[in-house]
Amino acid sequence: MDSSLFTRVDPTTWQIEPHGAMRVPGIIYANEALIRDMDDKVYTQTVNVAALPGIVGAAYAMPDAHWGYGFPIGGVAAFDPHEGGVISAGGVGFDISCGVRTMLTGIRLADIQHVKISLADSLFRQIPAGLGSEGAITLEPTAMDAMLIGGARWAIQEGFGEPSDLERIEEHGSVAEARPDRVSERAKKRQRREMGTLGSGNHYLEVQAVAEIYDEDAAAAFGLKRDEIVVTIHCGSRGLGHQIGSEYLKEMLITAEAANIVLPDRELACAPIQSDVGQRYLGAMRAATNCALANREILGHYTRRVIRHFFPGIDMPLLFDVSHNTCKVETHAIGGKTRTLFVHRKGATRAFEPGHPSLPEDIRRFGQPVLIGGSMGTGSYVLAGMEGNTAKGFSSACHGAGRAMSRHAALKLWSGRQISDTLFAEGIVIRSPSARGIAEEAPGAYKDVNIVVETTERAGLARRVARLSPIVCIKG
Amino acid sequence: MSAAAPPDWVPEMIEQRGGIDRGWAHFPHAADIGVEGWGPALAVAFEQAALALTAAVTSAKVQPSIEVAIECQAPDRELLFVEWLNAVIYEMAVRKMVFGRFEVSITGNQLQGKLWGEGIDPARHEPACEPKGATYTSLRVSQSENGIWSARCVVDV
Repeated sequence: MDSSLFTRVDPTTWQIEPHGAMRVPGIIYANEALIRDMDDKVYTQTVNVAALPGIVGAAYAMPDAHWGYGFPIGGVAAFDPHEGGVISAGGVGFDISCGVRTMLTGIRLADIQHVKISLADSLFRQIPAGLGSEGAITLEPTAMDAMLIGGARWAIQEGFGEPSDLERIEEHGSVAEARPDRVSERAKKRQRREMGTLGSGNHYLEVQAVAEIYDEDAAAAFGLKRDEIVVTIHCGSRGLGHQIGSEYLKEMLITAEAANIVLPDRELACAPIQSDVGQRYLGAMRAATNCALANREILGHYTRRVIRHFFPGIDMPLLFDVSHNTCKVETHAIGGKTRTLFVHRKGATRAFEPGHPSLPEDIRRFGQPVLIGGSMGTGSYVLAGMEGNTAKGFSSACHGAGRAMSRHAALKLWSGRQISDTLFAEGIVIRSPSARGIAEEAPGAYKDVNIVVETTERAGLARRVARLSPIVCIKG
Repeated sequence: MSAAAPPDWVPEMIEQRGGIDRGWAHFPHAADIGVEGWGPALAVAFEQAALALTAAVTSAKVQPSIEVAIECQAPDRELLFVEWLNAVIYEMAVRKMVFGRFEVSITGNQLQGKLWGEGIDPARHEPACEPKGATYTSLRVSQSENGIWSARCVVDV
């Protein structure tokens, strides 16, 4: 991307001055190299988002931003319902409430090495992954609606999880005002056999070791100790979320014209928050969010079962569970005034600053844990929301490394077997139903996660607490 | 235009099958994958694009042993194309199947389709991805001067 298109506010803040139909500026957080390598479409999509009705402050893009659907992936935008603000199905994304959870194990790295291959095989057998895999749970209509209202709470009531998990999940495991009656029968049918499945693409389950600590106090509060094992799961609302996304995107595209909303890109299809379709989508989206929270809780339960088979009786508390495809109602102080806003984060993570009242008391003073998935080979990060970040993208941070090349480009460069063998030589065991899937998700196909998180920290969004390196990776 | 090129061939087209009169191709997207089909009729372009969708999932041969019928509608051709692919994705997800043969007929804004395929066998099909939904990104349905229809969009995987 041409850096001369921006006003450089500081070393990591690049501003697009309002022009044309833009109602607010665009702001991209990046260093020089990330801006240079970023797809031109991130600029176009940020400009387009800045033109939507009722947008507040600025249209933001995080350091891992890349070409998305309407919104850039890594995009953040907040809308005021009292100023004609909109809700956008594309701004939430197809995989509603896709996110990451990390569980602690207390197991030492040295104690897992001799079982890691059997552990990888067991996890691969027990965690349904990839297209065509089936969960062990079938949800009939009454149970489906209970799940869509209860989220992770429902999962725990059904025996899939531990009650202490709830305080470490956003919204305490269950989003209010979910409306199963706003979810189509087709969406429910698509989810009927999908609870407790990982999905595919960039979704994964990883056994990781804490490789480096950056902030001793925060790491201690989060329960992270160097050379100890954690387990991280990345997945979302499965078929239900995808179906809701597709159906409402179409409806919002058709109704936008009647609402006099000019769409620079069809994928930006949206509806006024205070409209019939806007309200129906919100109810359905919240139900899908609960589906994702329930799904990750169930996968966490399966994981605990497998790990405890190898390490009987261990405690596996949840460090945190975050969603990075969401729209949430939050209050933010804008220009000295507290406003209630609908904050869209598409491929971006909420990162509340230290002291935020919604955070669990025992970790509140360190800021919200932010879980960043890297690629199979390069590792992941735990960050914490930084003081003062509410004025920077409504307390948001990046969500991953972000792809650097297309799936086909990756397939041309690598084979799945070659990637598995190379990583195995480095001590990382990969299991996946698809060799081609491994090649498409090759570590080299992603941006350098280290640079993305360093930039996130330098920009004042979230600071590094610990780096995690992969030991076992189950790819869908 | 080369003999094997689709009507709106662009240099980044990365994998394609078929000839000038009908065929399919993939085109790249940063995180996902673009599918395109072309043929002498709009319905053929839709059928071919569905073959491209299947090829994004599996490189293995798909046996056309089970038939599934679908119907969909949309206010215009481009939205109908997305509806069509989404209907195929829905059947793949709900029935746990992959499809290798498609037959489409279009009347006005209505589409009737038949899909032939088989249950997914992870060991044989090695599904590389699970399509989440067809998108409006790079969505275009058009007819070239020589009468060939083409239909394309990006699929979120």
